[in-house]
Amino acid sequence: MQYLFDSVAAALNLILTFDPEVLSTVGVSVYTSVCSLLLASLLGVPAGMLLGTSYFRGRRLVVTLLNTLMALPTVVVGLLLFGLFSRQGPLGSWGLLFTPWVMIVGQTVLATPIVANYTLVAVAGADPRILPTALTLGASPLQSQLRLLREIRFGVMAAVIAAFGRVIAEVGVAMMLGGNIRGYTRTMTTAIALETSKGEFAFGLALGLVLMTVALMVNVFLNVLQQK
Amino acid sequence: MLRSFAVLSLIGILCLPCQALALERLRLATTTSTENSGLLDLLLPPFEAAQDCHVDVIAVGTGKALKLGETGDVDVVLVHARAQEEAFVAAGFGVARSDVMYNDFVVLGPATDPAGLRGDADVTTVFARIAASTADFISRGDESGTHFRERQLWREAGVTPEGSWYLEAGRGMGEVLVMANERMAYTLCDRGTYLAFKDKLELEVILSGDRRLFNAYGVIPVNPAQQPHVNYLLAKAFCDYLVSAPARALISGFRKSGEQLFFVAQ
Repeated sequence: MQYLFDSVAAALNLILTFDPEVLSTVGVSVYTSVCSLLLASLLGVPAGMLLGTSYFRGRRLVVTLLNTLMALPTVVVGLLLFGLFSRQGPLGSWGLLFTPWVMIVGQTVLATPIVANYTLVAVAGADPRILPTALTLGASPLQSQLRLLREIRFGVMAAVIAAFGRVIAEVGVAMMLGGNIRGYTRTMTTAIALETSKGEFAFGLALGLVLMTVALMVNVFLNVLQQK
Repeated sequence: MLRSFAVLSLIGILCLPCQALALERLRLATTTSTENSGLLDLLLPPFEAAQDCHVDVIAVGTGKALKLGETGDVDVVLVHARAQEEAFVAAGFGVARSDVMYNDFVVLGPATDPAGLRGDADVTTVFARIAASTADFISRGDESGTHFRERQLWREAGVTPEGSWYLEAGRGMGEVLVMANERMAYTLCDRGTYLAFKDKLELEVILSGDRRLFNAYGVIPVNPAQQPHVNYLLAKAFCDYLVSAPARALISGFRKSGEQLFFVAQ
């Protein structure tokens, strides 16, 4: 019990005193997550809508593959991109390994299938007459897709929230590709892993509580956006 | 929807880590023992201030640190596995190895000492007796410097460690200590990590002081002839700094719970 009390006390202390090191890891976590969510939305929402509104041979196979990609282990994404971005790899000359940029790439890979799948489900749940009606009324294909997007905006928001949960909580990509460099690529989750390996269990749990507080704040913010 | 995107993008751009882009960066791959002990927090700031640079510390096991040097993903390595370091330089991956400091390994075990090893001063007989007893031994199993040393000690003891008593954790030193503590097993640990965990453990030092437990740390810049993009000048400056008088004074003066963790090489 003492252990839990210590953690809660340490968490409150970290939050209330605006500990600069914790602020920096929160910043890296939120920054990489937000950037990867933007990229994942730009890729995943159109992909999900396209897949949801078109019918072709092998569509079921594509959907199943997309579902499977949601189960992609973070360490596997880390390993794949490590091979790609290491100096020995095809994109090694870009020198991106152990920078926040490659973490954003990795988290985008994790988030895109989630966004695409949720969007696909939202399209399937929408009134099937929206697209044909808009087209009949003289809207261009792009305009009618935008009309559909407006109709499924709550589903898309749910997609973004689910993807946010995946990227803010993941540790594999951040650790393997970011390298847990203090003040640069150290995120909340890699900081927790580090504190655990140092035996600072109560402090690690305190950081976990801080992470949940940040997640709560981001979700409240997204919720406010959704209300509009 | 579109407006929310605009808001989010704006936030993304606003918190661009601008200051992080301006400074020259030196990538240092090192072992968890140097970073977790807090030694680097003391050693790096004077160097960063003098060179107007930022040292990116990537703390991994010695095996992986050398691998990162070999592939050119870091500029300099600070590790502890003499034989592997010499092979690294001989293969042309690194330029020249400098001795920085040393500490030592200790054999830890439960206070009850089920194999009755306490009092034995020879590490190879202690290892042979652990193998012969029913007690468990937990190995790092992660190609770290500690793991390299442990395998070398098994070889010198003439034992092939296998069987249900030999548990390969594949994890960092801290996790292995916690595991050994929970399972009442023996393990090999660097003194720095042991001191950091001492208060949380019921494990005790069973053996220390054997010269085969001596643990030297070396620093090696990555060879610019093989990896032209590495920051060799800064890496070289870093190596020179680590063996300079001010750095040696910082290393010798570093204390954790009142005990000196690292000793500078003579």
